[in-house]
Amino acid sequence: MFAFIIRRIIQAVFVMLVISLVGFSIQHSIGDPVRDLVGERVTPAEREVIRERLGLNDPFYFQYGRFVKNACQGDLGLSFFYKKPALEVILSKAPATLELVIVTALILIVVSIPAGVYAAIYPKSWFSRIVMAISTVGVAVPVFLTAIAFIYFFSVELNWLPSYGRGETVNIWGWESGFFTWDGIKHLILPSISLSSIMLPLFIRLVRAEMMEILETEYIKFAWAKGLRRERVWFIHAFKNTLLPVITIFGVELGILVAFTILTESVFNWQGMGFMFIEAVERSDTSLLVAYLMVVGAIFVVINTVVDIVYGFVNPTVRIAGTK
Amino acid sequence: MSTWQRFKNSYLFYNFKQDPIAISSFCALAVLVVISVLAPVVAPYNTYDTATIDILDAETPPSWMENGNETFLLGTDIQGRDLLSTMIFGLRVSLLIGVGAVLFQSLLGIVVGLLAGYVGGKLDAFLMRIADIQFSIPYLIVAIFTSAIFKLAFGVGRYEELAVPLLIIIIGMSEWPKYARTVRASVLGEKNKEYVEAARVIGLSGWRIIFRHILPNTLTPVLVLSTIQVANAVMSEAALSFLGLGMPITKPSLGSLIRSGFEYIFSGSWWITFFPGILLVIFILVILLLGDWLRDVLNPKLYKG
Repeated sequence: MFAFIIRRIIQAVFVMLVISLVGFSIQHSIGDPVRDLVGERVTPAEREVIRERLGLNDPFYFQYGRFVKNACQGDLGLSFFYKKPALEVILSKAPATLELVIVTALILIVVSIPAGVYAAIYPKSWFSRIVMAISTVGVAVPVFLTAIAFIYFFSVELNWLPSYGRGETVNIWGWESGFFTWDGIKHLILPSISLSSIMLPLFIRLVRAEMMEILETEYIKFAWAKGLRRERVWFIHAFKNTLLPVITIFGVELGILVAFTILTESVFNWQGMGFMFIEAVERSDTSLLVAYLMVVGAIFVVINTVVDIVYGFVNPTVRIAGTK
Repeated sequence: MSTWQRFKNSYLFYNFKQDPIAISSFCALAVLVVISVLAPVVAPYNTYDTATIDILDAETPPSWMENGNETFLLGTDIQGRDLLSTMIFGLRVSLLIGVGAVLFQSLLGIVVGLLAGYVGGKLDAFLMRIADIQFSIPYLIVAIFTSAIFKLAFGVGRYEELAVPLLIIIIGMSEWPKYARTVRASVLGEKNKEYVEAARVIGLSGWRIIFRHILPNTLTPVLVLSTIQVANAVMSEAALSFLGLGMPITKPSLGSLIRSGFEYIFSGSWWITFFPGILLVIFILVILLLGDWLRDVLNPKLYKG
């Protein structure tokens, strides 16, 4: 087990190095730190002096080494637009994205597990059929369309819920939170429901498939034969074993949610990391882009590593697979 | 027996005839593909021809509504183009990019998968490690990033000019690991079979064995994957265009049409977003349904729930 964890961590570090190499090459080839610092109105001679002083004339690998060293110390360069350290900008936007992802994850769990379990227990009932039909169609609907439909019905036509921004936020120990004001919660409803709509069909199918498979196993048949109460068989015996694969996939898919926040945030003008990313593209803010790449890359690597290690504890066969 | 006869008696065709969902989604897909391929003939207007567009027609509602105009069945978009024609041309662009991206990624993935599976050893470990790394990051993030970087590197004007080939490359690059893994897995299964050994004994070259003997036997999973990947690619393209990283509004795909309509939804012009959106959903849905059916028929073992 120990060896497995070490191997997994080494792999994670290696992946991070590759991501940083990609990030650095981008910065190296399209970014211009001199322009970021002094703007356009400086003579070429002065630029050359600045270039030399910043070490931009050093060989590639030398600069890459410096980039990695700085990145390890949390210095991902300066944002050209904000004139602030890029990491600081990203961290100031992170709470918005995190709150969106947290609420979305809650919705996913609260809806998909009961719906999936119900559809597995009564596969022929009309409710299960409707749920399955909706989830088949749901896979084909892009998240931005769901979001636009919500905005049209609930904001434009009915005028019930706001469609723009985060609303009122409260600062709690440096965390700009929308959880504690009524206005903030109202602003959260539409974005989080739209974001959860991408994963919901997938999760309902997953829970249903796992649960149905478990209900066919011998030990469940034995539990029936023993004459246990229905609820006990379903929820104590079967459901517990459904949870294991479901939790693993939840973990991995949570990372994918981060990708889709870019789309949801740009529809709702949600001031999070994804919205910042799209703005950075429009402003050609290369160092902010690279910093975002590094941060998001790190999030994925950490999530994947943790999920793998947790899974390694639970399912010993994973530990052996991959050893040469 | 001719190929057609063989096809008519095949298990695939038999199964197809039994399945109303497969038949209807196949028909819908065929209609959509024919319409988009024949767009210049079928569409009421040529939306790339700026001479026919009048900005004063902009935001005309569908013809059955108040203020609607008989000549524009589904209304017009923000630039005064006939929405129906723009959608048909948009579908054509989406389809072109979707199919192009799948061809590109399958080519890349198949070559990598064949090499990794057949040669094995260090090359296999190296290629699969790259695939693993890319696989650990969601493909949409990869696509969004690559397009953002291409956009910065090429500049906005040039990027919009080259949008179609660039998007094919971007989406193709973000999804090739799926093919590489699938092909490698089936190559590993095929490689030690007797027919490969026989070919080796005759003294055929490695390349010939890989491409003429092993490749055809790995194509079934590739075919199944490709159907679903076309839907994925169309979706990625729509997402990129919606973010402003894809097709420009002068040559809109369905995604960029939805993006342009979204800004006008607050003033009540819902049709610019609604009709392209519905078309996109139908298009993706029929491909997915067909892909699901194909997977179940060609690989009954995989069937689950």
